[in-house]
Amino acid sequence: MYKALVIGTSFGGLEALKAIIPLLPKDFPLAVIAVLHIGDNQNDSFIRYLNDISQLEIKEAEEKEAIYPGKVYFAPPNYHLLIEGDETVTLSTESKVHHSRPSIDVLFETAAWCYRDQLIGLVLSGLNQDGAYGLLQIKELGGICIVEDPDNAIARIMPSAAHKIAKPQFIIPLHQIADKIITLINTQS
Amino acid sequence: MPDKQEKLEAFENIDIEIPLILEAIYQKYGYDFRKYSRSHIKRRFIHRMAINNIESISHMQDKVLRSKDFFIELLEDLSINVTEMFRDPEFYASFRENVVPNLKTYPFIKIWHAGCSTGEEVYSFAILLREEGILDRCQIYATDFNRKVLEVAKQGIYATRDIELFERNYTKSGGKSKLSDFYTMKYGSIKLDQSLVKKVVFADHNLVTDSVFAEVNLIICRNVLIYFNRDLQNKVINLFHESLSSSGHLCLGSKESLKFTNKEYCFSDVDEKQKIYKKSLAKPCIKH
Ligand SMILES: C[S@@+](CC[C@H](N)C(=O)[O-])C[C@H]1O[C@@H](n2cnc3c(N)ncnc32)[C@H](O)[C@@H]1O
Repeated sequence: MYKALVIGTSFGGLEALKAIIPLLPKDFPLAVIAVLHIGDNQNDSFIRYLNDISQLEIKEAEEKEAIYPGKVYFAPPNYHLLIEGDETVTLSTESKVHHSRPSIDVLFETAAWCYRDQLIGLVLSGLNQDGAYGLLQIKELGGICIVEDPDNAIARIMPSAAHKIAKPQFIIPLHQIADKIITLINTQS
Repeated sequence: MPDKQEKLEAFENIDIEIPLILEAIYQKYGYDFRKYSRSHIKRRFIHRMAINNIESISHMQDKVLRSKDFFIELLEDLSINVTEMFRDPEFYASFRENVVPNLKTYPFIKIWHAGCSTGEEVYSFAILLREEGILDRCQIYATDFNRKVLEVAKQGIYATRDIELFERNYTKSGGKSKLSDFYTMKYGSIKLDQSLVKKVVFADHNLVTDSVFAEVNLIICRNVLIYFNRDLQNKVINLFHESLSSSGHLCLGSKESLKFTNKEYCFSDVDEKQKIYKKSLAKPCIKH
């Protein structure tokens, strides 16, 4: 039984997220935890926007909060988001990783430790390599990895790095990703 | 694939090894990381293993028990010292507006910066307090459990690479003049005006293992509690509650909160968004 979906993206990320999160059904059984690099800007406006067009509740992750299925959590700007073994959130102000804070690698790595083979990792459009090693960690611990097809992505650097380093099980165009995730969930043993 | 199996095995072991090395560090050196955020600790250890080419946490435990120098290195790893001047300028602006008028009514003000790191926060507050004309009435304690950062804090010398950020923060925080009025530039560094910290006592204090430091009117402890688990957060908040005089103020980091701690009802919000709280008079404080 999958428990969580983690998503990492930067440049072109909001566009990509718009093609996935609104398609997740109201009774989506996984927690969704995401990093979108937006520099020092605040999260509020895009979270409000995604909330308006989605069926799931979307929020900024709060320090020490418990992670529940059917909710979408975004890392706050300027903080790394780590997942604890008891499925709660830890935020951290430690140095940037790949010039990024929040870093996708940090989220993916700690999510992999917590959820192991009950995790789906997804890398979308972006302009640096953040997320590739985290995705590899997800794969090594038995999770499923999906990468947006770099050929169709707004920015290809991030998905192609993830492709090269993690060798994901699925590399698919953006518009097929939500379906793929739902199928994976519905056909799991 | 034996390689894959081995990796999984090593991974499984890490969760067994971490509590053991933390216990070893505590027994040997008295520093207690047992209730720090586990995923944070795990990341830092794995990072250190990679850099020093150490095979496992068990090997690292062996090493830390034998070498004080290596312990110091681990201490550096675990104490995240990232900080800046006027970090979260909106917080400083709110402090000026909502706390300073209250402080001005005191003849003498005692302030505790807990987890002050390399001191940027201490100098920032000293500047603000001087601009408000009350610095001379303040006795300030600035503490951290990492002696190395305290040395840096005492010197007040910082790299110029961050100066633009500091200037921007200072202006946004409602600074009344120019930040450059408070430092001199030399050899690619800035040195903060030492008269700012004339009455600051920098001291080694561990929030986890040491007791109440002094009775104070204001505690600033920002971006320290996020590295602790719930249990430990509660313990430290209790320590702060004990240390604060009646109606004393407590300032936490932007993402930290009293929500869900067992002293939630012992403080009232001064600015909920900027995490500025005031100790309630009501005693005993109970949940309503
Ligand atoms: C991220 S820095 C925060 C610096 C500053 N307050 C700020 O917000 O910019 C965290 C500091 O807490 C200190 N620290 C961590 N655990 C501590 C403990 N148990 N007792 C005292 N200081 C501690 C670390 O050494 C580090 O300097």
